[in-house]
Order: sequence, then C-alpha cells, then structure tokens
Amino acid sequence: MFLAIDTSAGTSVAVTDGDRVLAERSTEDTMRHAEVIGEMIEATLDDAAVTPNSLDAVVAGMGPGPFTGLRVGIAAARTFAWGIARPLIPVVSHDAVALEQWSAGVRGGILVVTDARRREVYWSAYALGDLGTERTDGPALCRPDELPHPELRRVDATQISAGQLGRIARIRRAQGLPDEFTEPLYLRSPDVTMPGARKRVSR
Amino acid sequence: MTDGPVVLGIETSCDETGVGIVRGSTLLANVIASSMDEHARYGGVVPEVAARAHLEAMTPTLDAALAEAGITLDEIDAVAVTSGPGLAGALMVGVGAAKALAVATGKPLYAVNHLVGHVGADVLADEPLEYPTIALLVSGGHTSLLLVRDLVDDVELLGETIDDAAGEAFDKVARLLGLPYPGGPQIDRAAVGGDPAAIRFPRGLMGAKDLERHRYDFSFSGLKTAVARWVEKTDDAGEVVPVADVAASFREAVVDVLLTKAFRACADYGIPRLLLGGGVVANARVREVAAERAAAAGVALRIPPLSLCTDNGAMIAALGAQLIEAGYGPSTLGFGADSTLPVTQIQVERL
Ligand SMILES: [Zn+2]
Repeated sequence: MFLAIDTSAGTSVAVTDGDRVLAERSTEDTMRHAEVIGEMIEATLDDAAVTPNSLDAVVAGMGPGPFTGLRVGIAAARTFAWGIARPLIPVVSHDAVALEQWSAGVRGGILVVTDARRREVYWSAYALGDLGTERTDGPALCRPDELPHPELRRVDATQISAGQLGRIARIRRAQGLPDEFTEPLYLRSPDVTMPGARKRVSR
Repeated sequence: MTDGPVVLGIETSCDETGVGIVRGSTLLANVIASSMDEHARYGGVVPEVAARAHLEAMTPTLDAALAEAGITLDEIDAVAVTSGPGLAGALMVGVGAAKALAVATGKPLYAVNHLVGHVGADVLADEPLEYPTIALLVSGGHTSLLLVRDLVDDVELLGETIDDAAGEAFDKVARLLGLPYPGGPQIDRAAVGGDPAAIRFPRGLMGAKDLERHRYDFSFSGLKTAVARWVEKTDDAGEVVPVADVAASFREAVVDVLLTKAFRACADYGIPRLLLGGGVVANARVREVAAERAAAAGVALRIPPLSLCTDNGAMIAALGAQLIEAGYGPSTLGFGADSTLPVTQIQVERL
C-alpha cells in the first residue's frame, strides 16, 4: 500500500493498494500547496481507512514543476516516509498523465504538456503500447512555440493524479526499474543576479 | 530538569535548516545545516537557493537531531515549526515537512512565530527568564525590538527596521570594503585595531524628530550609503582607505543605534531586563557594548549561547514546549507560510 503525493501542478494525494486507488483527493489550486497538504494527507488516509504504519512506501511526484509548489509535496513525501521509516519512491509526475491516458484506452504516441509559468511549458513524450507506457523523450522545458514532436498527440494537463502516480510506482517496482530522478525536476536554474561592479553612490 | 514534553522543532525561515529537540526547558539536540556557503558568491541570501537547500537538508537534519538527542521518534510528544516571518519559499519547505511528520506520527503540531522563537531560546538557559523583558533580535533577515510580557501570551512589537536588516548592512559594507560574505565576522576581523571614533558615521532615526514616530525603529540604508560615499571620497583623493578604522567606525554606528534604542525601551517601560537574540549577537562588539551599558543602566542582560542565537530548530521546539506547558492546544493542519507574520501571533491557527 502506497501514499502518493504530487504538488507539481495543483495538490493531489492518494492511497493506492496494488493497482487500485483506494482514495484520492485533489485540488487544482496552484497557490496553496503548503496550506492544504497536511489536511489532504490526513483526509485521504481517513477516506481509505488506512493508518500511516500500514503503508509500504511513499511515492513522490518529482515534477517537472514550478519550484515553490513542487518542493512542498516532495518535502512532505520525504518527511512522511522518514516518519514511518518506509522507502520513498520518486516518480516523474508526467508519467501519471501517460498512465491515465493509457488506462482510458489511448494508444500511440502522446506529448504530455504542463504549465511551467513564465510563458514556458514542461513536456514529456510517451509511447503507449498494449503492454503499457514508455517515456521516449523528456521531461524538458521550453517555450510553447518550441514544443518538439509535432507528430505526437498533445495532452495538456492541469492536474497530476496522485492515484495514477501510485499505480506507476507499483508498476515500476514490479518491473524492477530503478529510481530515475531522486532530486526535484525544476529544470530551471534559480533566479540569481550575480553582484556586478559596485556602483558609485556619489558623483 | 528531565520533565516536560519532548518537542521536535523545525526551522527553515532563512538559510539555516534547523532541527532541535527539547524536553521541557532542557536542550536535547540542536542540529543546523546551513546553505551559507552557497550564497557567498552572490553576496547575500538567494531565496530560491535557500529553499532548494532546505529540501535537500531536511531528512538528513532530522536524522542527525534524533541521533544527537539519543532518542527515537516514538519518544517525541509534539512537533513545532516556524510558520513565519521569513522567506516564503523557504518557510514552505519546513511547513510541508512538519505537517507530513505530524500526520505520519500522529503527533500534535504547533506552528509558531520565528521572532518569538528567538526569545524562547532563552528558556533553555540555566535560570528562568523573568518577564516582562525587552528583546532585541538582530540578524541578516530581521532587526526587531520587542516587549515580551509573557512568552506564550503577550508579545508586542516596539520597533523594527524600516529598510535593511542590520545583518544586511554588515554584508553590504563588507562588500564595499572588498571583504567576503557573510559580512558580520569579516567586519569584526577587519575592525581589530581600528578606531571606532575615527569617522563619525550617521546614526539612522536617532534625530530629535524621529523620537516620536520612529522611537524604536531602525534604519541602516543611510549608514551604508554614508560609508560608501566616505570610501569613494578617500579613493578619489588617491588615499588608502583605512579599512580597520572604517570597519570599526561603521560597526560602532550600528551597535550604538541598536543598543541606544534597546536601552531606551528598557528605560521608557521601566523594565530592567534585556534579551539579545539573532545572528548579529555573534558580533563581539555588540556583546561588549551591551554588557557595558547594561552594567551602567542597572539592566540585567541575557544572551543565550551563540548556537541558540542564530536561527535554529531548538528555539522553535522550546517555544512549542512552553505553549504545551501553558496548556495550549496544537495548531490546525491548515496554516500556511506567512512571510510577514506579526509578533503578536505567537502561535498560528490554534485549535
Ligand atoms: Zn532569526
């Protein structure tokens, strides 16, 4: 049984058991991750009638996502895992969108696109086959008019489902796949201004 | 000494990831991971760099704190966390982590005020602090003068900086003297052998007209500019800048303003007690002049150990423990990071 948390877009929390999503709560609000995260975890566990200690692992959506919000979910997931002494499974957030599409019967190539703010987007390319999903390119960041893979069907997502994230984590584990990204996928450097030459204050 | 609730405190308001553990008013652990080195090349704290560093440091710092305290997580009675004031993105990492930890372990969560936490650090000292007290809290992020009537119930902001924090002024002046970041210890070192009376730099908000409106407020931006102007004039005249004298005179101006206002508050309110807190207390001259003036004014001076003056999790844990011992319930899980949380809000969103 997994607790899955994603704050790469809005906030989404789920409890999954095998391939089943026992409970899931989500909000598309992209401004209140820190406010809602605690209550959402508590309520989702309640919905699933699961206690923290019966969880086997915590799944964290590692992004890509705008930094401030993304960090809240990863901090929560890592600390929750630490608190119950269970492993953390990091997952690329876009993988959840691809799995959702696959589960809805979509096959072929898709390009998952999410908002990166500052007039940029995050994207990942997937091949959806009969056996499952495979990320073929990305995740990466670009301007909307520079999106690659025009041949792929574009899927714009405003929310990442933590339920799908938990399912992907189980599938990756079942396949024995190693963790890919253990650090947040900001895909963007911090805004810093290097101190330049000192300006005179007197003339 | 061994009584009281065991509280784990998490602090991420600026560039230190602090996790502290206390039992009542006894310190069990105080672990700090600082991202200061990463900010050095930028000449000041970069909020996004600080926030990223908090996330990286969080669980390793939690591990280190439990190890230092020699206890297991089961022995913790409550979790406390800084809700504000501070850098929003940095605060959110601590808030997210603390909420998850509280839910994961089923422990109550106390969301508290960072500035009041600085005052709370003193309860970890040997003798209890008497109230009311005046508190002067000075760091790179804040410069505040408080009247603390009761640590868990009644804290009033008397004044604060209207521009730069005192610690920022040290950083900026260090930079214009060609000294590295952080500026406080650098200025201290450079001032050795310098004459603090060599140059009379201006004292901000100390004029007669400021006595009314800005009686307890601070301003360091004019001082910084005055130092820059003085250095430029000396350069222009082809003379060598006497770095030791400039550093000593600048530091004297800062120390003079900080302490004049703090002791003025003690006198105005008839409170013969002054507590110092914040990273700038590391400055030897601040402590020295404070001790002299306290002796002269008959004011009892409290300075917590330096490791409890700079931002740390133990002070947050200590304040949490005091709230519990006062019988207050925990915070709801719905609070956020509040970068401008007023000192009157000692605990946020109490159930
Ligand atoms: Zn502080």
